Amino acid sequence: MAISEKEVKHVAWLARLDLTDAETQKFTQQLDVILEHAGKISELDVKDIPPTSHAIPLKNVLREDKVGECLTPEAALSNAPKGEDQAFMVPRIV
Amino acid sequence: MEYESVIGLEIHVELATKSKMFCKCSTVFGEAPNTQTCPVCLGLPGSLPVANEKAVEYVIKSGLALGCDINLYSLFHRKNYFYPDMPKDYQISQYDQPLCINGLIDLDMGDYQTRIGITRIHLEEDTGKLIHVGGAGRIAGAEYSLVDFNRAGVPLMEIVSEPDIRTPEEAKAYAQKLRAILQSLGVSDVSMEKGSMRVDANVSIRPKGSAEFGTKAELKNLNSFRSLQRALAYEIERQTKALNEGRPEDIVQETRHWDEAKGITSTLRTKEYAHDYRYFPDPDLVPMEFTSDYVEYLRAQLPELPDERKQRFMREYGLPVHEANLLTESKAMGDFFEETVKLYKGDPKAVANWMLGDMSYYLNTEGLEIDETAVTPKHLAELLKLMDKGVISGKIAKEIFPEMFETGKLPQVIVEEKGMTQISNEEEIAKIIDLVLEENASTVEEYRAGKDKAFGFLVGQAMRLTKGRGNPQLINRLLREKLQE
Amino acid sequence: MELYQMTIHELHEKLLNKEVSAKDVTESVFSRIEGVEDGVKSYLTITKEVALEQARQVDEKIAAGEKVGPLAGIPTAIKDVMCTQGIRTTCGSKILDNFIPVYTSTAVQNLFDEGIVMTGKTNMDEFAMGSSTENSGFFPTRNPWDLERVPGGSSGGSAAAVAADEAIFSLGSDTGGSIRQPASLCGIVGMKPTYGLVSRYGLVAFASSLDQIGPFTKDVTDCAIVLNHLVGHDPMDSTSVKIDRPDYTKSLVDDLKGIRIGIPKELMAEGIDPEVKKVVENALEIFSKNGALVAETSLPNLEYGLSAYYIIAPAEASSNLARFDGVRYGYRVPDPDDLMDMYMRTRAEGFGDEVKRRIMLGTYALSAGYYEAYYGKAQKVRTLIVRDFNKAFEEFDVLVSPTSPTVAFKIGEKIANPLQMYLSDICTIPVNLAGLPGISVPCGTVNGLPVGLQIIGRALGEEAILKVAYSFEQNFGWNEKPKLEIRY
Repeated sequence: MAISEKEVKHVAWLARLDLTDAETQKFTQQLDVILEHAGKISELDVKDIPPTSHAIPLKNVLREDKVGECLTPEAALSNAPKGEDQAFMVPRIV
Repeated sequence: MEYESVIGLEIHVELATKSKMFCKCSTVFGEAPNTQTCPVCLGLPGSLPVANEKAVEYVIKSGLALGCDINLYSLFHRKNYFYPDMPKDYQISQYDQPLCINGLIDLDMGDYQTRIGITRIHLEEDTGKLIHVGGAGRIAGAEYSLVDFNRAGVPLMEIVSEPDIRTPEEAKAYAQKLRAILQSLGVSDVSMEKGSMRVDANVSIRPKGSAEFGTKAELKNLNSFRSLQRALAYEIERQTKALNEGRPEDIVQETRHWDEAKGITSTLRTKEYAHDYRYFPDPDLVPMEFTSDYVEYLRAQLPELPDERKQRFMREYGLPVHEANLLTESKAMGDFFEETVKLYKGDPKAVANWMLGDMSYYLNTEGLEIDETAVTPKHLAELLKLMDKGVISGKIAKEIFPEMFETGKLPQVIVEEKGMTQISNEEEIAKIIDLVLEENASTVEEYRAGKDKAFGFLVGQAMRLTKGRGNPQLINRLLREKLQE
Repeated sequence: MELYQMTIHELHEKLLNKEVSAKDVTESVFSRIEGVEDGVKSYLTITKEVALEQARQVDEKIAAGEKVGPLAGIPTAIKDVMCTQGIRTTCGSKILDNFIPVYTSTAVQNLFDEGIVMTGKTNMDEFAMGSSTENSGFFPTRNPWDLERVPGGSSGGSAAAVAADEAIFSLGSDTGGSIRQPASLCGIVGMKPTYGLVSRYGLVAFASSLDQIGPFTKDVTDCAIVLNHLVGHDPMDSTSVKIDRPDYTKSLVDDLKGIRIGIPKELMAEGIDPEVKKVVENALEIFSKNGALVAETSLPNLEYGLSAYYIIAPAEASSNLARFDGVRYGYRVPDPDDLMDMYMRTRAEGFGDEVKRRIMLGTYALSAGYYEAYYGKAQKVRTLIVRDFNKAFEEFDVLVSPTSPTVAFKIGEKIANPLQMYLSDICTIPVNLAGLPGISVPCGTVNGLPVGLQIIGRALGEEAILKVAYSFEQNFGWNEKPKLEIRY
């Protein structure tokens, strides 16, 4: 097994996904098959190989410190599921 | 057993750029909620970050001023965790390739010198602000919370010290010196009150001489240098007591909240989870690569730093080390001093004495910074000139000092309004002295019998009768003359 | 011939000659949509009012004698993963069911500025994760060649719309083959440009280091025309490449003489359906007959490409999709107990299974203790794949392979087996890992279903692949079309 149900539960929690027990079971099986396949790369010796984050090498893309236009608060909140006093509302945190 | 404390500070500083770290929104503080947002800093789907070059420059300059090595190759990483003040539910930050590493701050603690290492300085984005509704505005007990994203995406520089700090006083001195350095660079307004400088402290204790670390507590809500020092002192005492009284279980690795009013730290009751930030290079941003020419170019632009200024104050103005230290503690103090000396043209030590005496007392009592008052170098310079010219006495000067601060009126104006000018008229003083001699015949006898102290008493009586306005030199001279008659 | 059946270049001529108006063209396409959309289901949102208004503006311009570009008045479908201000943008996900963007993506804005007529937003696999459009949170799109089959994915709606003449051209996005594979399965032209050539600003991210916007068109000429208006540096996208954009239509030259074409043997090996392989081999003869030098080559690390991809793409996705948390936009579960409950249930209810699988896969690959073994290593494998391609391009001008190992498969056939589905992208994924441009052009059929030929170029080598694709198209002379029943 490349991944256990316990690990799937933990990963789902890190990713904030509520899973039922049946889902946990199903996903564990599926992820196990995929990770088994992905594990193929462990065959390769890549000790001295540098990583590639971007295929096209760019560097130092920086912008001038200039102020531009902002959204109106109405636009900013236009898709908010819940708002109050021009702010986004979230349920109690603790 | 004797313990020593091990303290490390993590200091977050908002950079004084005009626009945010990764978008063009303004960084102005104190605007109405959610008026300074755009698709990027709201984390709207599809939006992308582009880094602010000024912020990068500010961090490198700070690194250079703090003796850091600059990483010529540096990357932005994503720090992943869910929190409602973070629009993307990850923070763009730096991980294993921060802009600056291996710096230091030298502290002059008066009777000893010490050096505090700086592990790293990295650049990241600030989060939004949460307003908790219900439960007295604290997160625990609140009914719900509101999020304002105006602050989200403001460039934030994190300066992490080595655990080299041993006392609360050193911690305060370190933070103050850091602030002075950043002020001289102009990279931030470093205000603890406005939250543009935020200090978190890690503190543990260990048997003196031990090389191992004890269990550390992280202290939060340190909103002033004073609370930093107080909170550390409290926490060190708490930990020491726990060990001495055989309750090591009272010291656990945790975040503790400093309560300024109660003067205690307590466990911060939040849902604590084991974090797994899953750092990885942000694929929306590309690496930064600097030439050493560029770094040297920035180094050449560094202004005079507090240590250099201190040396110069000692050299140029003949100030003792202690005074020079205090006057370079903040950029504003140093600037005020130099400007006053320039306008006054008299003895710089007199300026220093006034600034570190009455002025500092006033500022401390009111909890103000020098540049937050109505008083300018012109005020102090004029005050000193009025004294030199004999228009007012030192005592009067002290009296009008608070009014000058509160109203911003020039000393000359206050003196005239209140008729506080010094009495330097010889006839007038002579009359008063005659009166004093008449009323205090027995004291005069004592003086003549060789009791020198009696002279001081007589001077005091003369001053009393002039309501403090009599020219002291003149009173002295005339009194002596009359007594010898 | 109906207007909706025509290409961009044919319609442009008619518009300039005032033979037809943009309104005529738009109405023709909408009549077609009304006729076939019930069966094909390409669109998530149809924007007829917007389209007619855009058409009216183009007609006004033409009437006023103003110069209009080749895309003016052309009915265009947009994959629902690109933000359009004021128009619902769902990414094929329930979590964004009611999301109305406040800004328009750069790529779409560029086309708006050229006067396109937007017909609507097309269906897709949720957040572009999938190879069949069955992962749409709303409904599957069907292949116009056989409505029982998938159109491919993730840009299945955009591909089906063009194949069914429900749009003259469309935009898709390609992270591991999401333009080229559906183009192949739907018998049209689809191109993924070099990474960084088209701005990603406003493209809802799946895997940021791999995503790229590109066109679906009816022929290679149209592809070059659209590319001329999609490509361009965008200061809002840090990964946007600064180049002087060539006129891509200048590459539309039928000349294969001396062109060196490499056939990576790993992409003609087992795993490729033998019938598909046969069709591709026949196509290759067109190249040799017309003077190209065709030879086998090898990309030895390609077999690790799929593994690396299924670590890198989910890792980036797990982070990119964190923002769908119910705070600022999108779905929020009703009456959550507290913040954690809101997060957990909003995301559980809002996301479909494939998205959840990839988020978990990516979270796992980045988590403490696994980063080096998975993500760290996959990024290094990526380097090996880039090097393989670089080496091949020392010898060859372009590389050619099947686009998809199979023709369109039946709806439901692979949905229960994620890995089987992932293998649909085995030929296209390495191109994304290396950031290269790739185009898929139709090269025949198997049992009446289209087969696509993938032509891969060097980074920024769009001109070379357009030339080879155009020459192939001219000499192959394929003009089959799906036979769709009109159901009003």
